[in-house]
Amino acid sequence: MTSPIAGGVDCDLHPAVPHLTSLLPYMNDYWRDQVTTRGMTDLVSQSYPTNSPISSRPDWRPGQGKPGSDLADMQKQALDRFGTAYGICNPLYGVQMVFSEDMQDAFCRALNDWLAREWLDKDARLRGSIVIPTQSVEKSVAEIERCAKDKRFVQVLMLVMGDMPLGKRAYWPIYAAAERLGLTIGIHAGSAYHNPPTAVGWGSYHIEDYVAQATAFQTQLTSLIVEGVFARHPNLKMVMLESGFTWLPAYLWRLHKFWRGIRMETPWVDRAPLEIVRSNIRFSLQPVDAPPDPATLNRLFDHMQSDELLLFSTDYPHWQFDGDEVLPPGLSPELVRKIMIDNPLATYGRLQQALA
Amino acid sequence: MNVQFRPEPSASVSVKTAIADCDIHPARATNDELYPFMAKRWHEHLVAYGKQAYHGMMEGPPYPKAQPNASRRDAWPPEGGPQGSSLSFMQKQLLDPYNVALGVLNPLNSGQGLRNQDLAGAVCSAINDWQIEKWTSKDSRLKGSIVVANEDGVSAAAEIRKRAGDKNFVQVLLLSRNVEPLGQRRYWPVYEAAQEIGLPIGIHAFGFGGNPLTPSGWPSFYIEEMVGHAQCQQTVLASLVLEGVFERYPKLKMVMIEAGFGWAPSLGWRLDKNFERLHSEVPYLKRKPSEYIRDHIWWTTQPMEDPERRDHLFQVIEWIGWDKLLFATDYPHWDFDEPSRVLPAGVSDANREAFYLGNAKKLYGIA
Repeated sequence: MTSPIAGGVDCDLHPAVPHLTSLLPYMNDYWRDQVTTRGMTDLVSQSYPTNSPISSRPDWRPGQGKPGSDLADMQKQALDRFGTAYGICNPLYGVQMVFSEDMQDAFCRALNDWLAREWLDKDARLRGSIVIPTQSVEKSVAEIERCAKDKRFVQVLMLVMGDMPLGKRAYWPIYAAAERLGLTIGIHAGSAYHNPPTAVGWGSYHIEDYVAQATAFQTQLTSLIVEGVFARHPNLKMVMLESGFTWLPAYLWRLHKFWRGIRMETPWVDRAPLEIVRSNIRFSLQPVDAPPDPATLNRLFDHMQSDELLLFSTDYPHWQFDGDEVLPPGLSPELVRKIMIDNPLATYGRLQQALA
Repeated sequence: MNVQFRPEPSASVSVKTAIADCDIHPARATNDELYPFMAKRWHEHLVAYGKQAYHGMMEGPPYPKAQPNASRRDAWPPEGGPQGSSLSFMQKQLLDPYNVALGVLNPLNSGQGLRNQDLAGAVCSAINDWQIEKWTSKDSRLKGSIVVANEDGVSAAAEIRKRAGDKNFVQVLLLSRNVEPLGQRRYWPVYEAAQEIGLPIGIHAFGFGGNPLTPSGWPSFYIEEMVGHAQCQQTVLASLVLEGVFERYPKLKMVMIEAGFGWAPSLGWRLDKNFERLHSEVPYLKRKPSEYIRDHIWWTTQPMEDPERRDHLFQVIEWIGWDKLLFATDYPHWDFDEPSRVLPAGVSDANREAFYLGNAKKLYGIA
């Protein structure tokens, strides 16, 4: 195995909201009343059923409560264990699933405040992602601006399966706000289930949905690139979180070929897709969808043609690896340093800024 | 592709030996061509109501193609009609100069993807008769694909069985985008019938099944539709494996047509990894997902993924198996892969022969 080094940045940690009622203290009277009077249930997404094997490593599953809901566990099992200097919290609470933009907005605001008070305040290593009500771009921008005053928020978080392809122009004010405020856009696995989870409708199984997440990232990358997001926002960094990355080379070979053939359709795309990915797109390390065989992995890294694309992540508490094998075998010390420290620091501009 | 921006590092290797082209698209010169093969009732229906698919357009595709009929600008037959509608011109432009020994016809714009299943069945059956009449009986190099109204598995299975033993056909053709993922049980009668008559199933990228083309809704551009075929096909293949289609139909062979193949290893690894964790959800699977893929799936090559370094692609082919690739041009479509250009020098003679001809002859049972 490859040993992690101290001082790394864990770019994908999932603190769990214990229950919708945990957010009540962060809602106003109206929304508290709505939640209680209407008997609203907990917002657990099908993307991560609480007891599914992939939702938590067996030895990280707490005696009671949701995996990832206890800070002391996260400290012991992830932050301390891997010598993490900074850990970026990406809450996956299912607020994106609701259909009312007002309700989504209220829940996102509560979730972001909950993250700041109950996690970021309690461990100085932790950083946050701003969860936004994507059904309303106006409300999303307002929430980004509100939270960005707290420099511990380093990223805006969106789900890979949402209402519209993420390159659509309607979303661009979100990207403008992020770029202006020095935030990255993080796109995480998971669905709002406002559309079927695949291009051919609903499958039968949880494993099908999870495997399909990788294809959703691929279609989103296409959308982001061909709509011209990075021609308009050349300095914007986007991070694909829990996306897998072993699909990237072959995906780009195909996209690049079609772009050469029909670039007349999207003439505003001012650079080759390969170049755009190398400069603007990053990927979290876990999951590593490849055999644990150094020869195969090194061949894949060679196909990626860059050592700057990957950012260290544990995906805590999801089950992506066992023991301390958070890094795949066969990585050189130089690549470990790039993945664990240099690449994340270069991606998340706010990590190195002094905290106000 | 028909436009080359980057010169090939080595001189192109001409294909003097025979090849198989496993993705040729025959077209009708006019819609009237089909009428002799269908009941008057359907002829009249088509005139009055047209073909209503799972998208809103009465004519043409929802995403306008890059060229008329998505076809090469040099492929208009001299006698008129759309590209791909003339046998003599296809012979002159494709079959003769490229020494095509076996050409597999994949008719698009058939009855597949229509909402009215009776109409879909009638049009598909007519297309099958038309393939024999216009193409396969006139040029023995050409072989047809049985198109079926797959949303109605029972009638589709009947159409397949009707063609049992007919040497004009070498496979059953489905499109990738349907009402549901192709592993779903509504499609199993198709697989049962295909296994019974001993033909592989070809799954060609394309179609509309009423679902948005991405899990985040409808994209804006034709390029997104085109690139997205690879993602859609991954979903379709995952569904086939995870629903246990290859456990239930162990002799079934399938061909992934025009959706790329470079993504196959990564999909297999992702499936295997999650299968390890989530096996209890799909307990009827006896083997790792990637093993079903390795044993049951073939891949047509066009459009070949195009890395900056060609050796990267050949490393991917090693992961898939040189015995599983079937060369295809996609004639007359604009993204035609020129046979003399797809494999550079340096590929072994045995692999070259398998890639261009041997694998296809074996799979399709052509002596």
